[in-house]
Amino acid sequence: MEELIQVEAVAKSYGKHQVHRDLSLSIRQGECFTLLGPSGCGKTVLLRLIAGFEAPDAGRISIGGRVVSDPAGGVDVSPDRRGLGMVFQDYAVWPHMTVFDNVAYPLKIAKMSRQELTDRVMETIAMVGMAGLEKRLPSELSGGQQQRVALARALAARPSLLLLDEPLTNLDANLREEMRFEIRELQRKLDTTVLYVTHDQEVALALSDRLAVMDETGRIRQTGSPWEIFERPADPFVFNFMGTANFLPVRREGDDWLVGGGVQKISAPPKIDLSPGSSPASGLLYAVGFRPSDVRIAQPGAEVGLRGIVRRASFLGAMMDYLVEVDGATLRTAIETHEALSGGLMFRDGDSCVVSFLDLHWFDAEKLTGVVEL
Amino acid sequence: MSGISRKRGFGAAQIILFLSIAILVVVVAVPVLLIFFNAFWVNGTFNVRDVLRIIGEPDTWQALVNSLIIAAGTTIGSTIVGTFFAWLVTRTDLPCRRFMKGMFMVPFMLPSFIGALAWKMLLSPRAGFINRFFMVHFGLSGPIFNIYSYAGIMLVEVMYLFPFVFIQVCGALERMDPTLEESARISGAGLFTITRKITIPLVLPSILSGALLIMLYSMAHFGTVAVLGIENGIFNIPTLIYQRIHQSAGSFASIRTGTVLATVLVVTAAFIIWLQGKILSKGHYQIIAGKSFRPMELKLRALRLPLFLFCTVWIGFTILLPTAVIFLVGGLKTYGLAFTWENLSLDNYKFILFRYRVTRDAIWNSVTLGLAAALITMFAGVMISWVIVKMKVRGKGILEFLGMLPFSVPGSVIALGVILAWSGKYGVNLYNTVWIILVAYIARYMAFSLRANSAALEQVHDSLVEAARVSGATMWQALKDIVLPLVRPGMLAAFFLIFLPALRELTVSIMLYAPTTRTIGVAIYTLNEDGETVMSAALAGIALIIIVTGQLLVDRFIGRKNAG
Repeated sequence: MEELIQVEAVAKSYGKHQVHRDLSLSIRQGECFTLLGPSGCGKTVLLRLIAGFEAPDAGRISIGGRVVSDPAGGVDVSPDRRGLGMVFQDYAVWPHMTVFDNVAYPLKIAKMSRQELTDRVMETIAMVGMAGLEKRLPSELSGGQQQRVALARALAARPSLLLLDEPLTNLDANLREEMRFEIRELQRKLDTTVLYVTHDQEVALALSDRLAVMDETGRIRQTGSPWEIFERPADPFVFNFMGTANFLPVRREGDDWLVGGGVQKISAPPKIDLSPGSSPASGLLYAVGFRPSDVRIAQPGAEVGLRGIVRRASFLGAMMDYLVEVDGATLRTAIETHEALSGGLMFRDGDSCVVSFLDLHWFDAEKLTGVVEL
Repeated sequence: MSGISRKRGFGAAQIILFLSIAILVVVVAVPVLLIFFNAFWVNGTFNVRDVLRIIGEPDTWQALVNSLIIAAGTTIGSTIVGTFFAWLVTRTDLPCRRFMKGMFMVPFMLPSFIGALAWKMLLSPRAGFINRFFMVHFGLSGPIFNIYSYAGIMLVEVMYLFPFVFIQVCGALERMDPTLEESARISGAGLFTITRKITIPLVLPSILSGALLIMLYSMAHFGTVAVLGIENGIFNIPTLIYQRIHQSAGSFASIRTGTVLATVLVVTAAFIIWLQGKILSKGHYQIIAGKSFRPMELKLRALRLPLFLFCTVWIGFTILLPTAVIFLVGGLKTYGLAFTWENLSLDNYKFILFRYRVTRDAIWNSVTLGLAAALITMFAGVMISWVIVKMKVRGKGILEFLGMLPFSVPGSVIALGVILAWSGKYGVNLYNTVWIILVAYIARYMAFSLRANSAALEQVHDSLVEAARVSGATMWQALKDIVLPLVRPGMLAAFFLIFLPALRELTVSIMLYAPTTRTIGVAIYTLNEDGETVMSAALAGIALIIIVTGQLLVDRFIGRKNAG
């Protein structure tokens, strides 16, 4: 597939605050690409660099083979000449224009003929499900409707690239879910390339062909398909960011892998050489990561596993949530309440239990620094 | 070169920034700096001793003390009156509260020097109508009240300045979360205890901030003291500055005295504004909820009618009586005649509007000056506010400071600074022309415009402009299609905030006028000084009509806009 956006070794700082350094990224023609990261990580800055609202200090950005930002070469194409569509977090629908005028604005600027303009605007308004509301002012619309207008406006000129800056954050949960499928649908229908920025991993997984996970320092930790990111996290940060995560410290003594400060054994990792250069000597710390849903909890003696003590049992309605201590380390597990009831797994604080794991991710313990405390 | 600019932002942005700084420096900073410079530099050396000597002179010292006495008296009086009326109309079952509330705000519109003029006609020791009435009918040997006194000046200032406190306190009382009072009531406190222990302390910041506003205004107020004080030799700082410069036709010594007095005024004003900022920043606890609730009402019972009568009498005395006197005197053939049908006519009004050169010029000057100042300030204000609110550039803090500076610089100080800057000493001589008044108006009203426009621009989020940019609009197109339509209400507000006060301006114009460049305020004042009382009153009457009509039109227009 051909690359539409090419970001090469971009650096950007505000005063002393370095947001990005040596950042590279490429986005393919026709894909829906999500930039996922915690708030304040600089993902919006990257989007604004691509849109042209900010100029990079170094590096190069090209869109569709054309260099649009290159400080070294003195190139800086202004946003109005980059041929993009963009949807902002706060909608940015112009309050003094009707829905029609909002959507028509990019076409008017492009000097489209009257008839063609009207047809295109009405078609686009219908596409986002706003037909019949084109004479309304934004103040007469709900938040979700305003966001649809913003989307229609961004798509009116049929740009080859659509930038979305957390467009669903201000919507309620139901609307958010609905909108994200609609965006996906529109992207397929119009065959646009979409760059979507969000901190919401659920949206990112549901929407993207590929996504990149960024950490607080603006570094991209992993790029890949939703499945790859979720199932094969490159490091503890990505694993932790994609959902509730447990980490247990594991040390090695000879051929045995022991959990926490105790002597309970855990099955050996599939590959011994976790990080090249570190010898598999005794005492070296590793960590296993797993989701609460990947833990099986059982009565002592009923199953093989690690012996632990339930430290906190919380009834959450449909789910039971247990905090379990295993030799000084703690982990959380969730089990459906009806299953717990039928299986005799209603534990109380202080009860003994046994836990076993369906899926384990092995990491170097030192990579956990800054992600979680063990 | 298509679409590729070598250096971002160079061009339009830099030009706007440079222009903004240039305007504020030339119009605001230079005059104020020249005042300080002239006050402290004598023959090229820094000289504090001389400044102290001038302050120590009996006349100047007395003027300083007078300014303080009058400001203090006016502030205390207005605060009590304003708070009391605010409480009456918001928290009691006083009859016709809405109407009363509207009437208590009317003095805002009336220029206080016209009020002073009316009260002079009513209560001057020998000729005042009320004093004469008592002397003739009750055989009193002297006046019952001499308006040419400290008490008289303070009384008139209180009548026309108390709305500053009234409006602030009304707002606070109306917005106050009633649960605060209700919880006190549940705790067993009576209504008077609640008022004393809960309500008053909670609205205290609003009271103080209104009071300081009055203090600031009164310290630097020219009109009332000029009309009522000069007769008995009561001068405050602005009237002394005016008198010195006027008498000596701008001699060096008088200008120096003026600059020293002006410096004192600026420092005091700056202190007051600093104090107000402090009170406002820590005073507004979380008491004031944004929504409006229905607060508790105190039943006045037996006091209901007496208090209602008191309010009616107050309104009658502060609004109706002075206005009636102005219009009646304006209709007399000669001052001193009785108000009978044969003595009254519209001749004076016709004469003033159509034939009398001085007043026709004055009306023309005020209208054109007001329009020009409002238009220029409105456009300059949008541009400068744009830099302050939206541009990410270094040095915009200076702009903010310069723009708001005139708030703490009284009118007479601006006038003096403008004289220093534009009298030919630095290449441009505007003295005795209408242009010098225009420059001074622009300096004086720039802060109004910046406030209105900044508020409007803050509503225009950056993303609205950015959305236009990604839609393919250039910076100029985005400004024209998005920003301008959205800030238009703010610009309009700025225009009227400047045009209406400029119509009745006196403090600045009186220092700068030449025979052909009188404004309405100056003409009323000088006609009165020259003994042309009936002409002065007639012109004041016409001014009142223009001002009130203008205000009503604006209220109506802006009110409708907000409703729609």
